[in-house]
Amino acid sequence: MIEFHLDTRSGVPPYQQIVQQVRHALRLGLLEVGDQLPTVKEAVAAMAINPNTVLKAYRELEHLGLVAARPGIGIFVAKTLGDHSLAAHGPLRQDLMRWLAKARRAGLDDESIEAIFRDVVRSASAEGVA
Amino acid sequence: MTVALEANGLGKRYGRIWGLSDCTLAIPAGRVVGLVGPNGAGKTTLLHLAVGLLQPTTGSLSVLGGRPGTTSAQLARIGFVAQDAPTYTGLSVGDHLRLGAWMNPSWDARLAEERLGRLGLDPRRKAGQLSGGQRAQLALTLAVAKRPDLLVLDEPVASLDPLARREFLKGLMEGVAEHGASVILSSHIVADLQRVCDYVVVLVDSRVQVAGDIQELLATHHRLTGPRHARGALPGDLLLIGESQTDRQSTLIVRTDGPILDPAWTVEQLDLEDLVLAYMTHPREHERRPHLEIHR
Repeated sequence: MIEFHLDTRSGVPPYQQIVQQVRHALRLGLLEVGDQLPTVKEAVAAMAINPNTVLKAYRELEHLGLVAARPGIGIFVAKTLGDHSLAAHGPLRQDLMRWLAKARRAGLDDESIEAIFRDVVRSASAEGVA
Repeated sequence: MTVALEANGLGKRYGRIWGLSDCTLAIPAGRVVGLVGPNGAGKTTLLHLAVGLLQPTTGSLSVLGGRPGTTSAQLARIGFVAQDAPTYTGLSVGDHLRLGAWMNPSWDARLAEERLGRLGLDPRRKAGQLSGGQRAQLALTLAVAKRPDLLVLDEPVASLDPLARREFLKGLMEGVAEHGASVILSSHIVADLQRVCDYVVVLVDSRVQVAGDIQELLATHHRLTGPRHARGALPGDLLLIGESQTDRQSTLIVRTDGPILDPAWTVEQLDLEDLVLAYMTHPREHERRPHLEIHR
């Protein structure tokens, strides 16, 4: 079971924060297939937020195929994210570290590095590479 | 979609002063509605009209499809917690529950006892000995246990400390999750509204400034910053909510459905607090706000 939290200063709509927190937990392996998510009432009680917000987040997760509702019982994880790729994280991280060192030697600051990274990810997905 | 509250040209006059004027609203059912506005804006007047404690001077008001306060069936469907959560000082917590059971045909005794148990409120304690937070929780329990279709709460958390406030809102949201009532609550603490509400009504100077789904409002309101000379070149379908100028820069709060493509302007998202403050700082006088005037 995971616990949700709400950042009212972030500007991200509350339901998207819940979706992101579930995706994050799936990616990190904190949630696995068959795990139950907090019930709407539990989530509402933990965060003091509107039940419609939780319902909207759960509908979105269901639409993404990540969770499935078992009527009368609760919401369960149906799919994990990145389970096969976990082993590849280490080497990829090292590659990125090397690239980062190169970028720093070339005189780029963190902001420029992040901008390049985001830009490449965006244009790569636009071209259908990634 | 069913409507929880519908007002048409609703107004209430106290002597020579209008407490609420020309209020036209349609609040869908199943929402948690935040009613915001400065002190004296007419929030309490609107809520008292909604529960039937006041009669309108002009216009019409329908709550859950009926005129407020006219029949006992109508009264039974609305739960109301007045400002500062009044309780009977000399009566015990248990007496309050017995009174509730007596006076409300749809009273849910199990729900009331369970809630008080969860809150750790001893039924033998006198209401006068409770803390502000406990008293508010007792008043909320009474309102929820009659299993209303609409809960109306006037400044329910204003006098509570942050912990009691959070506990109260948790209790309220749990009640909504379990029983699906519509809620209208007034408050001037926007951070709380941001958590619990999905619909907002901004009331200033006895008039409704804006009302709508919070996500929709946030998606259509923007803060634009740009050079002052670009001010005249903005498209005419923008609704100007507020603006401030320096000798070089203009900062505008606008409402528009379309994207703002002019590269001269930096477009930023607003949060609920910015949005509410923009309407409170620049309240409109008339029903129709003039469109953005273009002058160079």
